[in-house]
Amino acid sequence: MEYDCIVIGGGPAGLAAAIEAKDNGADKVCIIERDRELGGILNQCIHNGFGLHEFKEELTGPEYAYRFIEEVYKRDIDVYLNTMVMDLSKGKEVVALGEKGLMNFKAKSVVLAMGCRERTAGAIGVKGFRPAGVYNAGMAQRLINMEGYLVGKEVVIYGSGDIGLIMARRMTLEGANVKAVVEIMPHSSGLNRNIHQCLNDFNIPLLLSHKVVEIHGKSRVEGVTIAEVDNKFNEIDGTREYISCDTLLLSVGLIPENELSQKAEVTLDPRTKGALVDSNMQTEIPGVFSCGNVLHVHDIVDFVTRESRIAGRNAARFVRGELNNSKYVDVYAGDKLNYVLPQRIALDDENGALICFRSRKIYRNPTVKIYTDDKLLKEKKYKIIVPSEMIQIPLKSDVIRDVKGSIRVDIEGEEND
Amino acid sequence: MYDCLIIGAGVVGAATARELSKYNLKIAVLEKGTEVCQGTSKSNSAIVHGGYDASYGTLKGKLNVRGTRLFEDLSKELNIPFDKCGSLVLAFNDEDEKKLEELYENGQKNGVKGLKIIEKDEILMMEPNVSREVTKALYCSEAGIICPFNATFAFIENAMDNGVELFLDEKVIGIDKGDDAIIVRTEKGIEFQTKILINSAGLYSDEIANLAGDYEFSVNPRRGEYRILDKKVSDIVKHVIFTTPTKAGKGVLVSPTVHGNIIVGPTSDPIEDKEDTRTTDLGINKVDEVALRLVPNLALNETIRVFAGVRASISQGDFLIYESKNIKGILHLGGIDSPGLASSPAIAEEVRDFVAKYINLVKKTDFVKERRAIPHFYDLSDAEKEEILKTNPNYKKIICRCEMITEGEIVEAIHRNAGARTVDGIKRRVRPGSGRCQGGFCGPRVLEILSRELGIPVEEILKESQGSNIVVGRTKGVL
Ligand SMILES: Cc1cc2nc3c(=O)[nH]c(=O)nc-3n(C[C@H](O)[C@H](O)[C@H](O)COP(=O)(O)OP(=O)(O)OC[C@H]3O[C@@H](n4cnc5c(N)ncnc54)[C@H](O)[C@@H]3O)c2cc1C
Ligand SMILES: Cc1cc2nc3c(=O)[nH]c(=O)nc-3n(C[C@H](O)[C@H](O)[C@H](O)COP(=O)(O)OP(=O)(O)OC[C@H]3O[C@@H](n4cnc5c(N)ncnc54)[C@H](O)[C@@H]3O)c2cc1C
Repeated sequence: MEYDCIVIGGGPAGLAAAIEAKDNGADKVCIIERDRELGGILNQCIHNGFGLHEFKEELTGPEYAYRFIEEVYKRDIDVYLNTMVMDLSKGKEVVALGEKGLMNFKAKSVVLAMGCRERTAGAIGVKGFRPAGVYNAGMAQRLINMEGYLVGKEVVIYGSGDIGLIMARRMTLEGANVKAVVEIMPHSSGLNRNIHQCLNDFNIPLLLSHKVVEIHGKSRVEGVTIAEVDNKFNEIDGTREYISCDTLLLSVGLIPENELSQKAEVTLDPRTKGALVDSNMQTEIPGVFSCGNVLHVHDIVDFVTRESRIAGRNAARFVRGELNNSKYVDVYAGDKLNYVLPQRIALDDENGALICFRSRKIYRNPTVKIYTDDKLLKEKKYKIIVPSEMIQIPLKSDVIRDVKGSIRVDIEGEEND
Repeated sequence: MYDCLIIGAGVVGAATARELSKYNLKIAVLEKGTEVCQGTSKSNSAIVHGGYDASYGTLKGKLNVRGTRLFEDLSKELNIPFDKCGSLVLAFNDEDEKKLEELYENGQKNGVKGLKIIEKDEILMMEPNVSREVTKALYCSEAGIICPFNATFAFIENAMDNGVELFLDEKVIGIDKGDDAIIVRTEKGIEFQTKILINSAGLYSDEIANLAGDYEFSVNPRRGEYRILDKKVSDIVKHVIFTTPTKAGKGVLVSPTVHGNIIVGPTSDPIEDKEDTRTTDLGINKVDEVALRLVPNLALNETIRVFAGVRASISQGDFLIYESKNIKGILHLGGIDSPGLASSPAIAEEVRDFVAKYINLVKKTDFVKERRAIPHFYDLSDAEKEEILKTNPNYKKIICRCEMITEGEIVEAIHRNAGARTVDGIKRRVRPGSGRCQGGFCGPRVLEILSRELGIPVEEILKESQGSNIVVGRTKGVL
């Protein structure tokens, strides 16, 4: 079967991209989703806090997703549920397996919107036994919110990512005793809002600069030993402490799911672990676009939507033969940034570019400056910038049109760590 | 009354059951675990060693070489993932080179085929990622890698196809001499009567021997810690890469696994408690240090899991296979540490010869020689895929996205002989949860399938052992 645009993944990224592709003139569009419903990770996020930017109101995850799912069904977009994309080629051939059996598709354009997965205990090498009771926070979230099962009663959470924080509150509301959130970094990796609403409001201690050194219990978790670490993450002698618990939830980071992208030989950025893209969200393979958590890990879904619309719109432009930029420059992250996206900007595109980045550390009253050579293209002041909150700054086309050299993005301001 | 009872369903017990099932015998296997393959056979290096390492004249030397040879046909008959990828022992200095010579000589005496000492250039051609400091290597073309779980499952499934009975959750706590039978009592209070009793209880073989009044050996458990690396770095080595062995053991290796990961380890540290399968900073650091000396660019940060296994070592050093001094007809298999996996089919033949001393062995005419593995749907050709889909819609649903495992494979793993009853059991048979997400996505689905197929509530599904329940109850809103 042939499509103008195949969107892989039906989370918020895929939904926004599909709608936008359709509305911008891609005739035959489909979404392929391996789960039993559209909405992606939002379906298990039953807390509210979604949509502040997009709808100026606080929605739950499923509510936010539903607004887009409705829009998808209003349009003539094919949706394949319970269908897993197994293979993707450079030539944009898609092989999927699902309710209709084995399916072969051919696409003029592809949007990669597969989201991300969680890092595991094995990946971070927690030592000790390997009993039941050690779960990724996202899996626990799915079990609790979607299947109705409680995973434990006495809980320690390792890592202060947003899923971990949200789960601290969720488990507490289910009657579990959440004893601590243990974070190896000197700052939390979750949103400030979540630390207040999920930990402080329930008197759950957040132990910064601490790590879990050992898991105890042969069959089911019986406890964990934690210890304080120095600024090189080495354990400080004499700080070990035993906490008895039956569950260890891990919220130690998310990794974009790019196995399919790699099959299509899409080049990845080692820092974001997502594709290298230009300002149209196009990867190095013409006609293949990437957006959402598969491109880089987002904290706010509204930003996913924004970025994914760009991908969808340009997928349509590509199909119509209207994506013909020829002037590109590279974008570099300054020392204070962890990464910047896109890695390349098309200067001659009427839509400009959306700059996204994360900082390495915490900065108070900083200014973000975007330069080319020595010339300042744009600056923007912030009250605070933290690594856990992604920043997006749009650049209009008239700002970049005449740029000659590469573009650099950095932060000026005092460090506060 | 059984002709033959086997205690322990590790790879040795399972291989033995399969060998004996060729004959007209009434056989049962008693296993204390919730499933087969929960002891040492589940966590080891998974190498079918060439057989040059164990000293000439030892049982280990003889049975290793024989076992490795037997695995060649067995892996085909029983569909066991086995890859004769060859091994390289690396030397970095004169002393190592001398040791290689000794190994080579010893290997020749043991009758190992395909041994060769090779020079630096050739080594780097075969394995461009090993250290450039390497001076020489002992190459063995006969060594290989195997799936230790599926070897065990294959043996036991085929044994059961041929009439062997399996009792799980059946811990042996007493052995007595009856009037004309050996009486074996279990924790559940069941009494089994048998003519022959095989003690293949691995780490607990000494305690089983004690139950029979035999005290010739005691197990000094030695732990080995490992890392498993992501498939995406699997190109780093193609052969089993060993350090030159020392008295302490075969040392740390870096090897591909049959599933396409890289395994790195093990350590060899004495421990007090046979159940102490903890990983430690000290152990893993030791592994890293040696591994990086072998393969400097090894991407240890691509680890997906760390784990440890415990060897059933004994002070005698060699396998100790002998008949009870106390009760006739009992055979103890003591000290089956490495290369116990590689030797298992040969150990099974030793057991058969022992049984033959008591019972006239008559071959079954209807012996089923072959066992079919659960097909990995993803690896099949499109035509084969279509064929399966026609009859079994369960294969349309991918459950594990890392390893591309379908519901069909999982359901089959549950309903086979000695089928999976636990989450780890599913993982070891068909691998969901052993990929890079370690079950983060498929975990809830696997629970659901186990619960549905076994007809037990999700709350009762175990990770592995008794007490390892995954969930503890329903949430407030659900009744
Ligand atoms: C627990 C949690 C809490 C959050 N809390 C907030 C919050 O409070 N406020 C906020 O604004 N944002 C929040 N976010 C962030 C936001 O929800 C995510 O960034 C966003 O959902 C990412 O969207 P996505 O479409 O890129 O990925 P996903 O939602 O993960 O969607 C990816 C989809 O692709 C499918 N897929 C993947 N591979 C394949 C394949 N091979 N074939 C077919 N389908 C495939 C997946 O099944 C999935 O449905 C939270 C995120 C999480 C995880
Ligand atoms: C770190 C390490 C690396 C190794 N590497 C290799 C290698 O690369 N190649 C190789 O050939 N070998 C290797 N080995 C050795 C190999 O793993 C073992 O020799 C082999 O698995 C032993 O199998 P088994 O069946 O004797 O023991 P096990 O697998 O331990 O089985 C014994 C069974 O007996 C059961 N049992 C115990 N007590 C009772 C009781 N009272 N009642 C009922 N059941 C009972 C247990 O539950 C268990 O299932 C390694 C071992 C280790 C630890």
